[in-house]
Amino acid sequence: MRPLIRAVVLGLVGYVAGAWLTVAVRGGSPSDDVAVTFGFILGLIGWLMGIGVWNAWAREWFGLPAKPDQATGWQRYLTFNTDHKVIGVQYLVTFITVLLLGGFMALIMRWELANPGQDFLDPDTYNKLMSMHGILMIATAVAGILGAFGNYLVPLMIGARDMAFPRVNAMSFWLIPPVAIGLLSAPLLGSFDSGWTAYPPLSVVNEGGQVLFILAVITFGLSSILGGLNIVTTVATMRAPGMSWGRLPIFVWAAFAASVLSLLITQFFAASLILILLDRAAGTTFFLAEGGGDALLYQHLFWFYSHPAVYIMVLPAFGVMLEIITHLARKPLFAYKVVVAGFWGIVGLSVAVWAHHMFTSGMAESLHAPFMALTEAISIPTGLVFLGALGTLWQGRLQSKTPLWLAFGWLFNFTIGGITGIYLADVATDIHLQDTYFVVAHFHYTIVGGTIFALIAGSYFWFPKITGRMYHERLGKIFAVWLTVGFNLVFIPLFWVGINGMNRRIADYPEFFAGPNAFASVAAYILGAGFLLYAGNLLWSARRGPAADPNPWGARTLEWQLPSPPPEHNFPLLPEVVGHPYDYGIPGSVHVAPMTPEGGEEA
Amino acid sequence: MALSAGAAHERAEALSRPRANRLGLWLFFASETFLFAAFISARFVSSGTYKPEELNQPLALFLTVVLLGSSISAYLAETSIAHGNRQGLIRYLSITILLGLAFLVGVGFEFKEAIEYFPPETIYGSNFLALIGLHGFHVFTGVVALAVVLRLGTKGHFEPDDYWGVEGVVKYWHFVDLAWVVIFPTLYLF
Repeated sequence: MRPLIRAVVLGLVGYVAGAWLTVAVRGGSPSDDVAVTFGFILGLIGWLMGIGVWNAWAREWFGLPAKPDQATGWQRYLTFNTDHKVIGVQYLVTFITVLLLGGFMALIMRWELANPGQDFLDPDTYNKLMSMHGILMIATAVAGILGAFGNYLVPLMIGARDMAFPRVNAMSFWLIPPVAIGLLSAPLLGSFDSGWTAYPPLSVVNEGGQVLFILAVITFGLSSILGGLNIVTTVATMRAPGMSWGRLPIFVWAAFAASVLSLLITQFFAASLILILLDRAAGTTFFLAEGGGDALLYQHLFWFYSHPAVYIMVLPAFGVMLEIITHLARKPLFAYKVVVAGFWGIVGLSVAVWAHHMFTSGMAESLHAPFMALTEAISIPTGLVFLGALGTLWQGRLQSKTPLWLAFGWLFNFTIGGITGIYLADVATDIHLQDTYFVVAHFHYTIVGGTIFALIAGSYFWFPKITGRMYHERLGKIFAVWLTVGFNLVFIPLFWVGINGMNRRIADYPEFFAGPNAFASVAAYILGAGFLLYAGNLLWSARRGPAADPNPWGARTLEWQLPSPPPEHNFPLLPEVVGHPYDYGIPGSVHVAPMTPEGGEEA
Repeated sequence: MALSAGAAHERAEALSRPRANRLGLWLFFASETFLFAAFISARFVSSGTYKPEELNQPLALFLTVVLLGSSISAYLAETSIAHGNRQGLIRYLSITILLGLAFLVGVGFEFKEAIEYFPPETIYGSNFLALIGLHGFHVFTGVVALAVVLRLGTKGHFEPDDYWGVEGVVKYWHFVDLAWVVIFPTLYLF
């Protein structure tokens, strides 16, 4: 506990010092944009140094010996621990918590939206709640799977002892709590009402909570970049002997591709937000028309990150689902190489489609057709990934387990998400559908139906590996059905109201939309209640569940060949990979040579 | 064949460590390139190729020479320690830091002059402030990192077969110089 207390204290001291110094130097109020900025920066440094960057790392820069934290047991999770498995669990618990919090905010919004007219949220509060829900959920989708399973599984799956840069990895995680604190304390400064997209000119002129949004999101971007850098380097340099690129488990490929994307383009989100911060705090005029600026510039910079970002969210989800499907269908992964090509096709195309978010923004019309065509072309590599999933399921010996049930829900949802995306990519229909609930429904089908389903399915599938215990299978299956049905009941009606013109991001709507909205609100509460079952099952099973077999699925990839949970530094012996990971049912096929301690000494 | 655990892992670690460090650093540069690219593209999108007459081109050219010169001294610092020449390391790192500081002072002077003519409230002034600020911040962090390495060097750290700290910081310094080589024409020549 001590490092955490030290981090909180130093973070607060840093914040107060930064804000106070700013006021002392230039006057003004301690809650204006400049003071908050310097306060946040110093507070962030204080927090990091307190949690362990100083002890475990920065001391070396001054020629002092590093003092890594020695905590054991559950206290490891509250310290600057460099074990990738600890960091993976930290990410998993953090982002499941954020997911539940963001979901709770959605329930408050659905309560207000249950009837037309104003019930208990004024329009301004509604917009702020909607913005908070948005950014929390975006963060969960971006970092949930990559942070949790990327960290936990990538070194295990490639036969490495840890990530390439363990301390950078620990720092990536410990950058997250200040992000959450910054976002959740934004209401103290008037919160932010510009959605998660933070479009100027609103985001330049609204209340001071927007500055905390900007600083928190830039910090989150830094965490994503460092995390991506770590995964790319780990996969490129730390594979076990025999683990050639053609033998990489499909989740590793997915995490690698998403990390390359995240590493590069996240800077554009940082850049666009830095420019807004300069407009607010340094008097520049990038996005303000009166000084010659142009708000469209923001949209270009922002979507150059934020469209590929949905592929940062969904590529790791593809990896998780293909792992689950191939292990539980007991068949070789269908068209492995084609699927990998599909991943890279998505990475390549994803940076060339951003302006499809801007068809109605007033940008040059000559850009409409090329961006429409490129956007629709991205369905080809995505289709290749689906080909792999369906081909693997086809005539497989399906094992009826919760993760596979969720995989079927995922296939259904993501298909709907993909097909409805065509109408938004198409200029003619998008001009009608943009800024309606059709967009909301489509986006939730891809990101909740795609990414969050995979996060949940993965949390069941690797639960026995992470905890050493088994979750309750029947409750798991009940939840899988509950989640899939509940999710569809909420969002199918929203397509209908969207097509008929109900605007998103507005607290009220005409009487005409009352029926479907009431239905969606009731369904949302049913869906929300289901998560009690999810959290209850996993929390109870983690403490009291029956001990799990090290390899309950009979899976071949490396992480399942170790005890549960795997020991520190993972492998007692350097594993030797001799074959493809997914050759189920092929006589004589082997993925890893037997790891027997032939006179080897313990690590 | 199963190698003994500790020995095999240590051998693998020793082989992959320099590769991992270098790759990680280059990936960081790739990422930073995107950050600079965003700011540079913002300049062309919002101001086109317009530039004010009042820009002090001779001063900026001189600063470019100073910064490029500092890359040479940084390179000499790295080769010095690679050959076990600690005195050379300290001398050339000190020169690099001084040139870096001279650059920062010069840019600060130019900036103070320039915003008289095109303040941040104009669109070119916004771009000028953002790009100079972004690059200046990188130079500043580079100077700090060089100072950390210099202090470690004077205390006897780094050997001819173990000078990753020097190598990493010097490579970062080259990257920051290269960024200026792109930013200089972006702001002053177009």
